[in-house]
Amino acid sequence: MGETEEVKLLGVWYSPYAIRPKIALRLKSVDYDYFEEDLFGSKSELLLKSNPVHKKVPVLIHNNKPILESLNIVEYIDERWNTSGPSILPSHPHDRAQARFWSAFVDDKWFPALKAAAITKSEEAKEKGMKEVEGGLLQLEEAFVSISKGKPFFGGEAIGFMDICLGSFVGILKAREKLKGEKLLDETKVPSLCKWADQFLSDDTVKNVVPEIDKVAEFLGELEVRAQLISDFKNLRSTFKSNGRVM
Amino acid sequence: MGLISDEYVRLLGAWPSPFVLRTRIALNLKRVPYEYLEEEDTLNSESVLNYNPVHKQIPILIHGNKPIRESLNIVMYVDETWLSGPPILPSDPFDRAVARFWDVYIDEHCFTSINGVAVAKDEEERKAAVAKLEMCMALLEETFQECSKGRGFFGGDNIGFIDIGFGSMLGPLKVLEKFSGVKFIHPEKTPGLFHWADRFYAHEAVKPVMPDIEKLVEFARLKFNTSIFK
Repeated sequence: MGETEEVKLLGVWYSPYAIRPKIALRLKSVDYDYFEEDLFGSKSELLLKSNPVHKKVPVLIHNNKPILESLNIVEYIDERWNTSGPSILPSHPHDRAQARFWSAFVDDKWFPALKAAAITKSEEAKEKGMKEVEGGLLQLEEAFVSISKGKPFFGGEAIGFMDICLGSFVGILKAREKLKGEKLLDETKVPSLCKWADQFLSDDTVKNVVPEIDKVAEFLGELEVRAQLISDFKNLRSTFKSNGRVM
Repeated sequence: MGLISDEYVRLLGAWPSPFVLRTRIALNLKRVPYEYLEEEDTLNSESVLNYNPVHKQIPILIHGNKPIRESLNIVMYVDETWLSGPPILPSDPFDRAVARFWDVYIDEHCFTSINGVAVAKDEEERKAAVAKLEMCMALLEETFQECSKGRGFFGGDNIGFIDIGFGSMLGPLKVLEKFSGVKFIHPEKTPGLFHWADRFYAHEAVKPVMPDIEKLVEFARLKFNTSIFK
């Protein structure tokens, strides 16, 4: 079969973005070496060399060439290994445009709204933000029903581009449910998405790739404590400063 | 025997928008006949709300009766639907990934920096925004050298995805240069981009649709009632 393919993936276990290339590689049955980065500590030489512009994960390195940005990587995997496994992006140009549109909606509007609502200290902003997140899920429910046409996934019978994109956040949604009792995947409001989410998590290509919900919940809890500590420290420091003491 | 590419094409747009410009260049490149509809007031336009209820924005390409939204999405759609005519994205998967990466960079960093300079409330804010934009230009100069490999465009001998993505920003950049006194595309600091810009403007797919700079200047002055434009 010719040349040896050297495929490396740099990621962090808790990042939904890093999950995406893992699923794509499994769909295409591509072997790869995974490198866990320590983003809270110091970034590896390999990461800094392959992504000097953004220094972020995930990064796919294929035969020494770096590919950046999670959805970009998924498209690359789909095109590079196009004779193996199912097509990740649909074949019809209009369906491809739909998949790209909704994935941009998830990444550029929906998830940032969830993140902002999660971080904000203002109750008002949190409420407003969560309304936006719930509204987004209703739109995604509608999109799923129209695109899947009764099949289990956005991609039809098999997992596709949009499944990978939104599916990578299901872990976080379920973890937040455990941690905060916040039921965003509500069967009474988004029944099809709820069914889809369970189907996604139990799929063979996803099962061992998505981290355990308990582990994610623990991690999110830790993040919150850390953020609170940082915020408390900053408050304390400014109190000291205003009292004329240096800290 | 209707080919899908034979179905009627309409484009909803607004003349000052660099995002609309991208889609017009792509359609011109592929010689696709289309009807252009100028939307004066996108937020209150029935067509815009009907075809893009999620974002209520232009450009919107309507092919047959199916809407395609988001400028880069539309450019990719045009490339994939009208296969005769020069390819917009390269054929090699790695080169395609590079092209997609830079167009996202242009939207997320370059365009937001351009906006940043335009809406800056004071000298300090403007200085910071200008510095960021200059950094973007330096990076894009490097990218141009790497991608063009001595040829005329990011796409090689003909304009491609990055040319269209970045070239559509030349109008807003020129407007900023006029008002800020800073030359963002500089003959010495960014020589590659400097000469590329002239070639881009002269391209047959670009020339007929590139908005007049004086008109853009006036539009900016009315839209951004901020210090830089006074």
